Amino acid sequence: MTPEFDHRQTAHCESGAMAALLRHNGLALSEPMVFGISGALTFAYIPLLKVGGMPLLAYRLPPGRIIKGLSSRLGIDMRFHRYRKPEQGMAALDENLDAGRPVGLQTSVYWLPYFPQDMRFHFNAHNLVAIGRNADTYQISDPTFESISIADRASLQRARFVKGMLAPKGLLYYPQSIPQDPPFRAAIVKSIRDTVNMMLRAPFPFVGVNGIGFVARKIRRMQNDSSEQALHRNKLFIGHMVRMQEEIGTGGAGFRFLYASFLQESAGLIAVPELSDIARQFTDAGDEWRRFALYAAKMLKGRMPLDFEKLADQLYKVMEMERSAYIQLRDLKLKVVA
Amino acid sequence: MKIDEVPQDQLKSFEGQRKPLYVLDDAGKYTTQLSSGWEAEEVVLEQALAEFDVAAQTALGRVDNGLASPLEYHMYRCRMDHRVLAQSSGKWLWQVRRHCRASVFARMKERSLQCYADALGMTVTDLRRWPPAESQS
Repeated sequence: MTPEFDHRQTAHCESGAMAALLRHNGLALSEPMVFGISGALTFAYIPLLKVGGMPLLAYRLPPGRIIKGLSSRLGIDMRFHRYRKPEQGMAALDENLDAGRPVGLQTSVYWLPYFPQDMRFHFNAHNLVAIGRNADTYQISDPTFESISIADRASLQRARFVKGMLAPKGLLYYPQSIPQDPPFRAAIVKSIRDTVNMMLRAPFPFVGVNGIGFVARKIRRMQNDSSEQALHRNKLFIGHMVRMQEEIGTGGAGFRFLYASFLQESAGLIAVPELSDIARQFTDAGDEWRRFALYAAKMLKGRMPLDFEKLADQLYKVMEMERSAYIQLRDLKLKVVA
Repeated sequence: MKIDEVPQDQLKSFEGQRKPLYVLDDAGKYTTQLSSGWEAEEVVLEQALAEFDVAAQTALGRVDNGLASPLEYHMYRCRMDHRVLAQSSGKWLWQVRRHCRASVFARMKERSLQCYADALGMTVTDLRRWPPAESQS
């Protein structure tokens, strides 16, 4: 049994799954709107937290914040269920699907059978929407794929109940009720304010705009140690950074293009044309992020001499561009009531 | 990025999939465009995969020489490290390190092995078998 479901491919899994669930329940929002209103854009470098042996580098807030941020700002009542036993979790999933209700699931990437082999890593906070089932298979609207995917029961169960960092514990979610007329203006203004605060006024040097400079200085210091081990480690770090920025469903440039698209759409929605101009600056900053990735890849591949100084300079440039864009956003002094 | 600058480098790792990027169209409005991948992504992806491959190959030799247990090989084969395996099997990090030693592994109880087998998505028999089954090499 497969209910009617409007599957659309998006750049990021969490904003895509959330947009799909809301669309199915009558609230059509674009992916950039979902991402922007949730206020999930950030930059953070937290060396104490290790992800797959590498320090945590994030261009967005931790998994779950998109769903929670969006639903609290728009007044959407989301229901979340976690399960102790895999059997319970699968039974609850079946119950929802049999009742014709598509639900969002949190899963591991590694154990999903339809993922390309080279893309499978131990990342436990992937989001997808289960839309229907047959005897032993599930139809899945996975926002990172072009068409509907199929997963067998055993694999889906394993993917939902992996242990470890960010363990999903079978998380299943769906909107219970959606307000008739969500407060878009207030939500947009508040989310922009929060993002600006986080990026410009974070109390730690490794978060926000300053965090970009923090990483730039770390990369600059890398040239001081030219032992073979250090070189290998440093190359891995730079590769890891580019992967987090480009590969993990970011829509390009570590979500910066997605955010620019949000600002552009908001400019029309709440009639603040200045937002359009600032969106262009985020696009320019995103282009510089891409240039950083390109330099890094060329250096790793040996098509360009390995030059940590050049990479650090490029990051500094990105930092200054982002800073000026956030300052302009702040100086708009947007009001909740027009 | 503009719509005509979207990279289409036909990455092998995408296995024919494409993914959307947010780009500006000719009128300066945001839209999405599907990309078959960017070479820069492939470089860093290969780098990350090679890291696990090299570790798995090294482990293969170490197990053959009695320096490590099959657990070490299967851990890297499943793209894990000691920390990830500890988290996903429910063991302590020091236990995982210890169980990667051949002599300790040989004395391990069925129940302990089962924890690792579950985390690695294989059976205890396969975990014990050396050299590994064809599908797991």
